[in-house]
Amino acid sequence: MASTPLIRGRWGYASITDKIADIVLRRPTHWIWGVGLLVTLVMSVFFFGAMGYLFTRGVGIWGVNIPVAWGFAIGNFVWWIGIGHAGTFISAFLLLLRQKWRNSINRFAEAMTLFAAGIAGIWPILHVGRPWFAYWLVPYPNVMNYWPQWRSPLVWDFFAISTYLIVSLVFWYVGLVPDLATLRDRATSKTKAMVYGFFALGWRGEARHWARYEIAYLLLGGLAAPLVVSVHSIVSLDFAVGNTPGYHSTIFPPYFVAGALYSGFAMVLTLAIPMRHFFGLEDFITKRHLDNAAKIMLATGLIVAYGYCMEVFTAFYSNDEYEIGMTMNRFFGPYAFVYWGVITCNVVIPQLLWFRFARYNVWILFALSLVIQLGMWSERFMIVVTSLSRDFLPSSWGLFVPSIWDVTMLIGSIGFFFFLFLCFIRVLPAITIFEMRELKHEELEGRQP
Amino acid sequence: MSAPIYGLMAEFASADKLVAAAREARESGHPRVEAYSPFPIEGLDDAVGFAGSRVPLATLIGGIVGGGGGFFLQWYAAVIDYPINIGGRPPNSWPAFIPITFEMTVLFAALTAVVAMFVANGLPKLRHPVFNVREFDHSTRNRFFLCLRADAPKFDAAQARRFLERLEPLKIVEVPL
Repeated sequence: MASTPLIRGRWGYASITDKIADIVLRRPTHWIWGVGLLVTLVMSVFFFGAMGYLFTRGVGIWGVNIPVAWGFAIGNFVWWIGIGHAGTFISAFLLLLRQKWRNSINRFAEAMTLFAAGIAGIWPILHVGRPWFAYWLVPYPNVMNYWPQWRSPLVWDFFAISTYLIVSLVFWYVGLVPDLATLRDRATSKTKAMVYGFFALGWRGEARHWARYEIAYLLLGGLAAPLVVSVHSIVSLDFAVGNTPGYHSTIFPPYFVAGALYSGFAMVLTLAIPMRHFFGLEDFITKRHLDNAAKIMLATGLIVAYGYCMEVFTAFYSNDEYEIGMTMNRFFGPYAFVYWGVITCNVVIPQLLWFRFARYNVWILFALSLVIQLGMWSERFMIVVTSLSRDFLPSSWGLFVPSIWDVTMLIGSIGFFFFLFLCFIRVLPAITIFEMRELKHEELEGRQP
Repeated sequence: MSAPIYGLMAEFASADKLVAAAREARESGHPRVEAYSPFPIEGLDDAVGFAGSRVPLATLIGGIVGGGGGFFLQWYAAVIDYPINIGGRPPNSWPAFIPITFEMTVLFAALTAVVAMFVANGLPKLRHPVFNVREFDHSTRNRFFLCLRADAPKFDAAQARRFLERLEPLKIVEVPL
């Protein structure tokens, strides 16, 4: 596949720059973008409205109760943070592996990471019931004379998520600085020039600056790469450290990380396919890019499938009656439809990705990306809810039924995510301009990327 | 030639020309050569005589401080300030402290890398003489610039201009201070 160029067509430094920068600076808004913004704005209002209601009434408005005290909120948290992982994987791992195709998708994937991780961070705060005490997780000398419980995965989680958010933000911003300078120099109004200029920090592209910049960027890549693996591993420890059957499993960290990348790459495709179409970016985000992303999806999907198999195998091999009971319950219990839905969406249907025609057909890919995200959300639900609903004592079993507020907040959060993304596309360049120029330069030099 | 200038700037259309020009300028004895490009170019830092960066060292130190500080925070809280006996676990149950230690290492190293890079580059600096040149707007688009700084010892504007002309640039401009 190395023969297919990463930039299709006849583009030069100037036209690449103008094309991507003008999406932000000059291009008139398309009515579809406007409709999208309006719809997602309404969804966001519902999200924040429901949040306000939650703050006044408490978590009782959700379907959670004992024994299922972790409902949608925790499932949503794991799902969103997982989606974020693909962005960091693209920007860090693929940078270290010198995968040049990452250059045209890393910017918007990192934005996706930021928005997804930010939304993920909201859920545990909502879930604690008294969100005004959420800051108790922060270690600081205080008059109450207490410290966080360092041996608790929930405290690890707080550190992991906040580190992840900060490092992702910094990584994204550093990557943006040279492009902000481009926007500054091409701005159509004084205000735009000032705002972009302020955030560009006076970047002028001097050779020594570029040298230090590249070193720092590479170091950030090296530092963010283990973060990708660690954050979702720590999230999985929230479950695995507990002894509930269905949570207490050593396969959780790798299985969660693979699932995170799986749903994250699905989200990358969900965003990339309409974006390249509506903004005419087919020459930069080519079918080769989509094909590569689809291959990663296939690979991580197979790891997830392996995780499902191992969970079942371990349960029966352990001969532990609770583990076996939990597994049979997943197969045939009240939530069996969720389990088989997960298997269908995450294991059976994505096998289409083995075929080249499916990876090169944007419609199939787009549909698959939605199916996989549905499947991954259901998997989180399956893990969180089915395990809790039937633990050791049959006398304490109980079902979880989501309330209208559970559903409103989930759908609202999705709307808010797309709202942020639609704003991002029009305010900042969705593709890293300077790296595209660099790709062009390498192409001119005859070094095939 | 009476008003003080920052330097003399030549505009090129390709990366290769800029690298060659920068190399030639250094070899012909100009001590203060600056090269501006719309993307990082391999070998250009060598050509302008970049000595190497201490960003990696700073990052290492940042990581060690973050990791050490993160572990110390937990150890101090759990062993000295507020030891609690939970199921007979030792106060210094260090394996449980590793996740946070790791996260703090990454956080501090990453922030140090970025801060060190910007500080070493002298950024943020919103005002700079090169921005006075109108053509310089294209340095973030498709043009490559070489600047011979006037504050170099024994800088002679006329001689510098003759030198730049030999490199066949698109244009030569003075950078006013």
